[in-house]
Amino acid sequence: MTMPLLQVDKLRKYFPIHGGVLQRVVNNVKAVDDVSFDINAGEVVGLVGESGSGKTTVGRTILRLEHATSGEVRFGGADVMGLNASEMRAYRKRMQIIFQDPYASLNPREKVREVLTHPLKLHKIGAASEHEDRAAALLEKVGLSRDHLARFPHEFSGGQRQRIGIARALAVEPEFIVADEPVSALDVSIQAQVINLLEDLKNDLDLTMLFIAHDLGVVEHICDRVIVMYLGRVMEIASAADLYARPNHPYTQALLSAVPIPEPGKRRSRTVLKGDIPSPINPPSGCVFRTRCPMATAECAKVVPELKSVGDGHASACIHTT
Amino acid sequence: MQPDERQAPSATPLLEVRDLQTTFDLTKTLSVRAVDGVSFEVHAGETLAIVGESGSGKSVTSLSIMGLLPKDVGRVSGGSIKLNGHEITTLSDTEMREIRGKEIGMIFQEPMTSLNPVHTVGQQIAEMVIRHQNLSKAKARARAIEMLELVGIPEPTTRVDNYPHEMSGGMRQRAMIAMALACEPRILIADEPTTALDVTIQAQMLELMQDLQQKLGMAIIFITHDLGVVAEVADRVVVMYAAQVVETGGVEDIFRNPRMPYTAGLMNSIPRLGSSINKTRLEAIPGTVPALTSLPEGCRFHPRCAFATEVCKTTSPVLEDASDGHMIRCTRWQELNLSERRAS
Repeated sequence: MTMPLLQVDKLRKYFPIHGGVLQRVVNNVKAVDDVSFDINAGEVVGLVGESGSGKTTVGRTILRLEHATSGEVRFGGADVMGLNASEMRAYRKRMQIIFQDPYASLNPREKVREVLTHPLKLHKIGAASEHEDRAAALLEKVGLSRDHLARFPHEFSGGQRQRIGIARALAVEPEFIVADEPVSALDVSIQAQVINLLEDLKNDLDLTMLFIAHDLGVVEHICDRVIVMYLGRVMEIASAADLYARPNHPYTQALLSAVPIPEPGKRRSRTVLKGDIPSPINPPSGCVFRTRCPMATAECAKVVPELKSVGDGHASACIHTT
Repeated sequence: MQPDERQAPSATPLLEVRDLQTTFDLTKTLSVRAVDGVSFEVHAGETLAIVGESGSGKSVTSLSIMGLLPKDVGRVSGGSIKLNGHEITTLSDTEMREIRGKEIGMIFQEPMTSLNPVHTVGQQIAEMVIRHQNLSKAKARARAIEMLELVGIPEPTTRVDNYPHEMSGGMRQRAMIAMALACEPRILIADEPTTALDVTIQAQMLELMQDLQQKLGMAIIFITHDLGVVAEVADRVVVMYAAQVVETGGVEDIFRNPRMPYTAGLMNSIPRLGSSINKTRLEAIPGTVPALTSLPEGCRFHPRCAFATEVCKTTSPVLEDASDGHMIRCTRWQELNLSERRAS
């Protein structure tokens, strides 16, 4: 078996909270706690969870846009956390990100030409004379045209901007892309266009992707495997087919049952979870999901459940399931 | 408010919108029609969903009904809105204020825009009932607690003294619903009420709203772009595109037998969770929603429509009744068989 392209091991990201007159660290927001998973080359892995689950922080920490509190991220075998600035630059070329908000992620004062040629200059890709042609080719790849090079971001619709964001991420020909809610700011009809584009690019360029989203339908559609997070921890990992057909963890079950079906009269039997997601400052002891879990027992407050195998490539962190 | 009452065709609808036109003046010389000839009606106990993408005019329609269009810029420029048979577009601000809250309750996507951050939740609910129902302060507070309990807020006697920032997102949404329903309005207008919420919280809210509708018998106008939510809550559906109604009908008709290519396109462009077809390629609608300042000639959807012909480029289709209240705005609806394509 070949080595996974990305290995995340016991990743932690705590954001300190300062307080008191001396502004000491009084507590931590445990945004990501003990998260481990692998991504194989050519795979699209979905990372799902509700707001506050830590899914975006995982993506940002892998790319070192946030500093990990502890844990290890290995990319192509090398320890990403241990790289110095110049080594990191070389890695940045191999790992890119697509952001959620197509309005906030493009500099309003840069023309599309600059947006797309900057990364080429920065990473010294090709001769300067070729850059414009490369940029035009990128635009065509994402369904826009060479004419768009001379325009500013405000001249584009949301869907078109997201295409530009995708073209920018592809400019340096990365092996791995973190797509952080790339379609959730888009209207339904536009969302389908961008999803289809991402699928085409994945097939054409053999991309490996971490696809962060809260829309479970979109994730099922595009991903090979899915990681479910809740309050900074991984609840379940499985192939997309397995996860949706046989969700093992009570949280995954509740989450899937909560999604409305776009067919009238065909409501799924639903487990409505009580209450809200607890604060990540004071997560519940033991299993973080126990305060809303319909199956919780006294035991759940005592032990943090390990992610254990429940089938082929299917792991779940719940002491009650087998 | 009996179920059979709303079926009776002779009964006056609770709310009747006829040929509504809402105009926004962008500059001194440029105005756009954000709502262009929209008609629908809502009966007691019924849920009507208005579906559309951004810029379709669905929210402007609701603001027009509530008399909350931005002053000096937006105005109802034609048509009528009748509440219980009485015209409300001609009412003064003061008269509309009497109707809002008392006859029509409203909830919005972002609870913080409708909750005042400097007053406690209890004060805000109490203010409503003091104003509209002339209750004493003590009785109003009791009513506030009762409402918070009704929407499922734990420890309502303590929570009544909370400021909005002391509540979680889901709880604020509940508080906003409590406020909207405190005077038992006959119509609740919910503008994307669950869009900002996580699915598990959304499931709580939808359950709560349906529960309250059964208890209180109110009509709900549910504005959303989420077709899953529509299928779950709606009795009837109005689909809007570029300021017009393009298709309307019973929820079964719209989902199982969409006859306007835009509606059918929307249905095919959503990934369907847990179904075997979810791995097949999505049928995206090409292009983007046109700007109101540069609407295409003929059918407004024709530049994006796979079935457009020369006729569609020049002729503006009108809403035609296909069967029993299923209305379609498409020149070619009779020859196209969209549902058969979908069934494959």
